[in-house]
Amino acid sequence: MNSAQMLLAAPEFWLLVMACVVMVVDLFLGEQRRGIIHMLAMLTLIFAGMITLRGDYLADGVQSVTAFNDSFIRDRLGDVLKVTSFVILGLVFTYSKLYLRNFKMFRADFYTLSLFALLGVMLLISANSLLMIYLGLELISLSVYALVAFDRNSGRGSESAMKYFVLGSMASGMLLYGMSMIYGATGSLVLTDIAEAIRTQGSGDILLIFGLVFVVVGIAFKFGVVPFHMWIPDVYEGAPAAVTLFISSVPKLAAFAMAYRFLSSGLGDLHIHWQGMLSFLALFSIVLGNLAAIMQTNIKRMLAYSTISHMGFVLLGLLPGTAYGFGASMYYVIVYAVMSVASFGMIILLSSRGVEAERLEDFKGLNQRNPFYAVIMVLVMFSMAGAPPMVGFWAKLMVIKAVMDADMMWLAIIAVIFAVVGAFYYLRVIWYMYFEEPENEAIVTAPVDFNAALTVNGMMIIGLGIFSSSLIALCMTSF
Amino acid sequence: MIVQELIFYAYAVVLVLAASMVITVRNPVYAVLFLVLTFFSAAAIWMLLEAEFLAIVLVVVYVGAVMVLFLFVVMMLDINLVPLKEGFIRYLPVAILVAIAMAVELLMVLWSKGRFGTDMFPLPAPNPVGHSNTRALGELLYSNYLLPFEVAGVVLLVAIIAAIALTLRKRTGIKIQDPGQQVRTRSEDSVRLVKMKPEKPPGV
Repeated sequence: MNSAQMLLAAPEFWLLVMACVVMVVDLFLGEQRRGIIHMLAMLTLIFAGMITLRGDYLADGVQSVTAFNDSFIRDRLGDVLKVTSFVILGLVFTYSKLYLRNFKMFRADFYTLSLFALLGVMLLISANSLLMIYLGLELISLSVYALVAFDRNSGRGSESAMKYFVLGSMASGMLLYGMSMIYGATGSLVLTDIAEAIRTQGSGDILLIFGLVFVVVGIAFKFGVVPFHMWIPDVYEGAPAAVTLFISSVPKLAAFAMAYRFLSSGLGDLHIHWQGMLSFLALFSIVLGNLAAIMQTNIKRMLAYSTISHMGFVLLGLLPGTAYGFGASMYYVIVYAVMSVASFGMIILLSSRGVEAERLEDFKGLNQRNPFYAVIMVLVMFSMAGAPPMVGFWAKLMVIKAVMDADMMWLAIIAVIFAVVGAFYYLRVIWYMYFEEPENEAIVTAPVDFNAALTVNGMMIIGLGIFSSSLIALCMTSF
Repeated sequence: MIVQELIFYAYAVVLVLAASMVITVRNPVYAVLFLVLTFFSAAAIWMLLEAEFLAIVLVVVYVGAVMVLFLFVVMMLDINLVPLKEGFIRYLPVAILVAIAMAVELLMVLWSKGRFGTDMFPLPAPNPVGHSNTRALGELLYSNYLLPFEVAGVVLLVAIIAAIALTLRKRTGIKIQDPGQQVRTRSEDSVRLVKMKPEKPPGV
């Protein structure tokens, strides 16, 4: 292995070094100068983005390059997802600074653990062997377990972290078991070699299918789709809003990359088998997620169930196994991350000192308290419901078109029906904001950087919707 | 050959029995002890496979360090097992259904043709004299599996950070020892000689 190959992983090395630097620098800073940690973390993200965008590793006509004996892969898909996760994490940091200050939790651990989780996300996105998939997943999971219990005085936080930890360990165990079966059947850990082995020995091997079942279970748990969704509402509700903000956005990008690499690059020839499993998961997620969200009075739980239905839509795109389907699915997951960050940012905004704005009633009369924020929330809710011209509309449209192209009309019809059902609870939030009297007359304000980030986020939701072709093209050319 | 087979079957039977005891015994301390036995039998089977380094690491690290620590934790926690068992009967029917489904699938895999059996896996050639298991492992770890190895290190680092972030708290107003101050103590600081008039004896 030469140094050029090592350089392929330069963004990962940079992030590892900077996460350690952030951890050590904090030792020398007092309580008053914690802002430096925030700046340092933001700089880390900016430079990581710049390093990633130096795409000069691709010669003409080469789609992807591998390094470290094929366990690491660098391609367009990975670069797009990585840069997206830097942008999203930048928004997360900006929003959560306000929350952490208000709730007296402004500690460097939040930044260190988030950066390590991001490193896990990047490694998982670039994973090309079963070992790297597992290790990247564990790196994300371990950091996130600790982040969920970040508020040590909160019993709810510890409880949900414990639930997440136990269920997550079980899912990891399932995934490992499936991986061991696949390794046993094909004799390799590298995804491309696995695909090669399946091609030569045929896809009818019952051992392979048995392993595939467990792998799909592991992937479904990380997505949080029905019937492996139990942890999502509890963790979203129990974790501090700043952490929920993180969990609901960046790791989903990695989950998509993992599903694509595993199911398409590795087990592409078993498409006929995993298509059935995924359509079952997608169908039940869309139905149950939307129905359960209607009944929620806690907005964090409501958004959790809405996440479940959104992840169902992401799986819809994976079903056909075509380049168009994967592109649509990737577009959906990026759009979802942008919308999700904005919605949890609004919850942080409305939270006053020591109390999270987690009841739907907290949004009552927001228009009278601050019309600008109400408009942003309207954009987010319309986009999540899939109304044109917001970005969420294009995402739903493309995913459903991919399913129709695969001759699964019944699934497309059910998805559309439940997308309409889901519009009810998004519109209810808008109703509360504009047509109900506020319970609390205090005017909502936020620091400049928070407002700037929220404005950018809102502009992304409507701007990417109106000028949708660039991001769609970016996603489509990644496959 | 026959001796090796006898050793294998002896340890394999002990392993399976001990593993099933781990999840069935009521007392958690016994469960931990059975887990130790399970690990030990697994180490013996690895030894038969000529994976000496892994076998020894399993005994030294898992049995020697991790399980002893685990035993301490189990003994120190006063776990009330009754509430833990409450859901057992209620979820038993579903659990049995899932277990049967899993068992059937596993058996299907095991009986599928051309996958398992001694004819599928010829006996590997014995390692040459002077072959170092440890060296072979080390060479693989630092060449072929360099990236996973380093990432595993990062995972451990995160585990340390997470553990400290969740448990370290700076408490004010607690009494702690300061060895430096203890050493610097002088007799004048702690003993005070007081001159006072003798008291009158009582009852005079």
